[in-house]
Amino acid sequence: MTMIQALRSAMDVMLERDPNVVVYGQDVGYFGGVFRCTEGLQKKYGTSRVFDSPISEGGIVGTAVGMGAYGLRPVVEIQFADYFYPASDQIVSEAARLRYRSAGDFTAPITIRMPCGGGIYGGQTHSQSPEALFTHVCGLRTVMPSNPYDAKGLLIAAIECDDPVIFLEPKRLYNGPFDGHHDKPVVPWSKHPLGEVPEGHYTVPLESAKVFRAGTELTVLAYGTMVFVAQAAANETGIDAEIIDLRSIWPLDLDTLVNSVKKTGRCVVVHEATRTCGFGAELTSLVQEHCFYHLEAPIERVAGWDTPYPHAQEWDYFPGPARVGAAFKRAMEK
Amino acid sequence: MIAPPPAGPVPYEKDYALALLADMLRIRRMEEKCAQAYGEGKIRGFLHLYIGEEAVAAGAVRALKPEDNIVATYREHGHALVRGVTMNSIMAEMYGKREGCSRGRGGSMHLFDAGVRLYGGNAIVGGGLPVAVGLALAARMQDEARVTACFFGEGAMAEGAFHESINLAALWRLPVLFCCENNLYAMGTALDRSESQTDLCVKAASYGVQTLKVDGQDVVAVHEAAQEAARAVRAGGGPFFVEFQTYRFRAHSMFDAELYRAKSEVEEWKKRGPLHTFSARLKAEGKLTEEAFLALDHEANAEVERAVAFAEAGSWEPVEDLLLDVHSPEGRP
Ligand SMILES: Cc1ncc(C[n+]2csc(CCOP(=O)(O)OP(=O)(O)O)c2C)c(N)n1
Repeated sequence: MTMIQALRSAMDVMLERDPNVVVYGQDVGYFGGVFRCTEGLQKKYGTSRVFDSPISEGGIVGTAVGMGAYGLRPVVEIQFADYFYPASDQIVSEAARLRYRSAGDFTAPITIRMPCGGGIYGGQTHSQSPEALFTHVCGLRTVMPSNPYDAKGLLIAAIECDDPVIFLEPKRLYNGPFDGHHDKPVVPWSKHPLGEVPEGHYTVPLESAKVFRAGTELTVLAYGTMVFVAQAAANETGIDAEIIDLRSIWPLDLDTLVNSVKKTGRCVVVHEATRTCGFGAELTSLVQEHCFYHLEAPIERVAGWDTPYPHAQEWDYFPGPARVGAAFKRAMEK
Repeated sequence: MIAPPPAGPVPYEKDYALALLADMLRIRRMEEKCAQAYGEGKIRGFLHLYIGEEAVAAGAVRALKPEDNIVATYREHGHALVRGVTMNSIMAEMYGKREGCSRGRGGSMHLFDAGVRLYGGNAIVGGGLPVAVGLALAARMQDEARVTACFFGEGAMAEGAFHESINLAALWRLPVLFCCENNLYAMGTALDRSESQTDLCVKAASYGVQTLKVDGQDVVAVHEAAQEAARAVRAGGGPFFVEFQTYRFRAHSMFDAELYRAKSEVEEWKKRGPLHTFSARLKAEGKLTEEAFLALDHEANAEVERAVAFAEAGSWEPVEDLLLDVHSPEGRP
């Protein structure tokens, strides 16, 4: 399956299993979603379970909170992560805090799906990776899969979770394991083992990171597209990197990353989002707190620049394998 | 029910009428070329064509004065062109080149030009509306009789930003001209699937603003309505909402299978095309000959060719310069 098919399969499985699951958003029903993730679901489950909403992000997320408090499990789509801002009040003030302020009487078991990341020349309003804006909000869970198998398992886990989950989908990975070499055709998921996705129900538990590539020389902490970029960098530099795919960005699986850094003694943190106050800052801090006496070199950070995502110079901004590889080398030299 | 094509006398002198026609033609030819350049990978990312809706920009923008402000959407190439941004700098911007009106940073959805008071295209639906209200408030505070014209699609009327904006504008009686380009579809969503009240003027009127509903395929009707509304706004009558009923002939953007509307509907609307219906009316009145039309068309095409050559000869902003304009320059107080 492609990642698109895997996400659709997750929603299909959950719509089938749980009558409380509903799917809605702009153009998701009739039209099947801008990226086709919900194609066919309205036909199969009807317009009361899979439906369209107007361009009204605050309304979409806010109604999901109410439906969730009432006992449903809404899965809503924001067409691009760049469009969630009109909904930010409902996400931060309502969804994230409902459990806390009602002392557990009510929860917002909602999943907010949104495609993120660059790679389609979308510029500043169709390329953002806003994960750190969500990880900074207590009460949210923020998740980003890097492949179809994880995408399906994580989405099912997110829908079954009683907390609001921000589900970020790197759009450059929808059709294949894009590794940052934008001038080469991407291998389709059908030719990649992680494109093998079971038909039925399974989960990838939240807060479980994965050792994506085992290695001995340094640890890479990454998620989404950067997992494949880091893999390319490891292959191209010949540095035996252990790549940890966080999968759940926050709350996260601290043990897996701490164990890896303690083993390798070196750490490179990679993300596509802007650098300053990016999630990499939190990762760097955690590694410092938990692994300080095991570190043999300063922690390296590779990220997008502190600018809006450029339109024409997108590939200069994108932290591709060359920039990641250079950080590997710096981490090894010291 | 689709109305019959626009018809009737054109109440303008020949030169004035031909200028309106020329503007529509320039937009059409420019965008046809853009579509081609997109196919060739020269324009990249997102491109939302205005083809079919040209009468709105041509008729409405010409109703404004140079001191007025304009705020538009991602479907703003026509507004920028008619407002006086040169086709060269528009095309270069679409190519992402440094010679573009936004130095290649904005691309097709973000044409800005302070020189003609164009406060931007905006890729966020509803994003420009509150900004327009702020421009109008500032102008009023400084006792400047400027109109701020804000263009947006009917889809934006579902966003909270629309409702906050029109309420504030009406409450504070601000000089905002709300120009709703109702092309019946917001991406794949038809009007009656997105609005509880499909008569958009009724919805706007509930905020206590004056409204007008006009045939957006008829450049004369557009121009007359925009002039009347702008006059009322400038005279201090508070905001005005004009619904231009129009139709886009092309896909929403460059990736859109158009499964949400029947081909026959598109064909019906093409009979209401703003260019050929206006040309026919001018010809019937003896204000336009086929030769004169061809000459205008030739001129428009030549302008497009020059713009493409300009864009292709343009340069990329050096990568190190991309850090500029994130904040104001160092050392400034
Ligand atoms: C806040 C936000 N939500 C969603 C989108 C995606 N989007 C881009 S254009 C569009 C449709 C807008 O329709 P309308 O306002 O009627 O204008 P039109 O495109 O028809 O000119 C949508 C949903 C966006 N750009 N911004």
